[in-house]
Amino acid sequence: MNHEAITLLEAVNLALAHEMEQDENVVILGEDVGTNGGVFRATAGLKERFGNRRVMDTPLAEAMIGGLTVGMAAQGLKPIAEIQFMGFIFPALEHIICHAARMRNRTRGRLSCPLVIRAPFGGGIHAPEHHSESTETLLAHIPGLRVVVPSSPARAYGLLLSAIRNPDPVIFLEPKRIYRASKQPVLDNGAALPLDTCFTLREGSDITLVSWGAMIKETLEAAEQLAEDNISCEVIDVATISPLDMDTILASVAKTGRCVIVHEASRHLGVGAEIAATLVEKALMDLQAPPLRITGYDTVMPYFRLENHFMPNTADIKDAVRQTLEFV
Amino acid sequence: MDTVFEGEIRYRQYLSSQGDPLSALPVWAQQPEWLTHCYRNMVLARTMDNKAVALQRTGQLGTYASLLGIEGIDVPLGLLMHPEDVLIPYYRNHACQMLRGMPMEEILLYWGGDERGNAAEQQGEDFPNSVPIATQSMHACGVATALKIRNEKRVAVTLCGDGATSKGDFLEGLNVAGAWQLPVVFIVNNNQWAISVPRALQSGAPTLAQKAIGAGIRGEQVDGNDAIAMREAIEIALERAREGKGPSLIEAISYRLSDHTTADDATRYRSNDELKKAWEHEPVKRLRTFLHKQGWWDETQETIWQDEVNSMVQSAVERYLATPPQPVESLFDYLYAELPEQLREQREWAMVKAMKGGTHHES
Repeated sequence: MNHEAITLLEAVNLALAHEMEQDENVVILGEDVGTNGGVFRATAGLKERFGNRRVMDTPLAEAMIGGLTVGMAAQGLKPIAEIQFMGFIFPALEHIICHAARMRNRTRGRLSCPLVIRAPFGGGIHAPEHHSESTETLLAHIPGLRVVVPSSPARAYGLLLSAIRNPDPVIFLEPKRIYRASKQPVLDNGAALPLDTCFTLREGSDITLVSWGAMIKETLEAAEQLAEDNISCEVIDVATISPLDMDTILASVAKTGRCVIVHEASRHLGVGAEIAATLVEKALMDLQAPPLRITGYDTVMPYFRLENHFMPNTADIKDAVRQTLEFV
Repeated sequence: MDTVFEGEIRYRQYLSSQGDPLSALPVWAQQPEWLTHCYRNMVLARTMDNKAVALQRTGQLGTYASLLGIEGIDVPLGLLMHPEDVLIPYYRNHACQMLRGMPMEEILLYWGGDERGNAAEQQGEDFPNSVPIATQSMHACGVATALKIRNEKRVAVTLCGDGATSKGDFLEGLNVAGAWQLPVVFIVNNNQWAISVPRALQSGAPTLAQKAIGAGIRGEQVDGNDAIAMREAIEIALERAREGKGPSLIEAISYRLSDHTTADDATRYRSNDELKKAWEHEPVKRLRTFLHKQGWWDETQETIWQDEVNSMVQSAVERYLATPPQPVESLFDYLYAELPEQLREQREWAMVKAMKGGTHHES
């Protein structure tokens, strides 16, 4: 049993291998996922281990990857498709939105699409254009999908197992900025983590910080630094951004009375807007200050020389926390 | 310079528009059984279609895509596919769907705005209608990949119109089918019109079948109004796919004798003369004339069968009209395998709102 400290990327690989071992219906397809093991190496070694019938290098066509995945899933396979970068997912959206997300519903359960679409996303690695966007809200708006974002090696392993075992389509967005940022011991024991549930990463009493993906790193850093000033932050990792577990967030805000939401994606109609709106609808009397959002700007993701200006940082989060605490 | 590639597309036709053999018929077509069976089902399909249009015109069915003119393609296909094959249709293949066991009332239910029209257990693993153009081409490749991975001797068959061949999805489907030698058959119902846009504006290619050449798969053009030619073409393509010999593209030349759907008015963009001329080549009359000339079918049989078909269609219509709507909670109940907690509240709102005097909002 593997119990070494591994990266988030290695945890993805470990989860894929584990499920391929357990279930022969699990297959992998995508661009460069076979011999090359994926451009980030998420599928490294899998073709050698499971053969090219189960690890398929596809022609270079994202719409086709989406379409193939729908057809394979409806046949009872469990395809896991890699879209090389989330910026290239758009040709596949018609298949994800118009078919995968609604196959079960439109056939009243006769057919379904148990598939996983994996895509690295987000900025911060000085990548070329179209390689750094965070467009998770586009998918989170679609009924019938699940959108899952891990924020640590252990959660990547446990959530990916759940995503693969889930009988419905799951979009699994991997925050590539933290692919190799840190290591954590992960036990390869096949233990899944629940979907549709937030994870409370740090308990606190003064304010609730809500985030997901790579921004969890800055959010935890802010909480740590604020603790030195006796500000007690509760940190919630949303993990499944759709369907969104508002119960955990509401319970936390009932306790703290304050909330800051942090995401890398643009602000307008981002997932943060949904969280803030629900807090106002359901917890107005608990709130001692308006919920604040710390997000990317409503601009095009800049080329990498300016990307750090676009992305929220630890200081932004700390400022927002202080502003919220000072609200009277 | 050296020639590094040459290709050709051949055209298959046995019967003239007047129902006369143009060349020696295949052995099976020298016997009445299959062809009369095929003809009966073409009449059934057309009768169902006429009734469906009438239901729409009288407010008893939603917008409906008529099958008029596709009978020569869909009926042979429906008869030739094996039950274990998988049909990945577009939205005009009701005749094939019926032959694969889908009850007529389920077809009406679908066009009557009810998801249960995609849920009939007789549909097996067949896909529901694909409304987004050409997307089904790649679903068929996904299905075929699954069949190939599992070493099953089954075939995925997908259809689309001529307009769909302009879409990347269609070409990406052909491409991967060729690259992976998938057990899939693509049939293009080239009925000359994509709503108002004629075939000539879709592509500079003189045939649509030749798009197969670019993908490295076999392609042929067939008279889609000639059931004998269609059976030959389909049988060869199915057999090849089943035996692991790779995919095929069949361009079936037909004519859309109806409007695009009941929401369309084709008089805005095509001439009555053209339509009138197209009726001279239509598939049902062509086969009937051939059967008459062979002495395999006569007026008495025609009358008896038409009566029988009318009553089959009538009872299906009655079953369709007697089907009560689904309860409102069905909006939620098939969205996921298990309804996420997060949606329970909205499900309750919907049920309250659906009750007389109910309010959909939280108190």
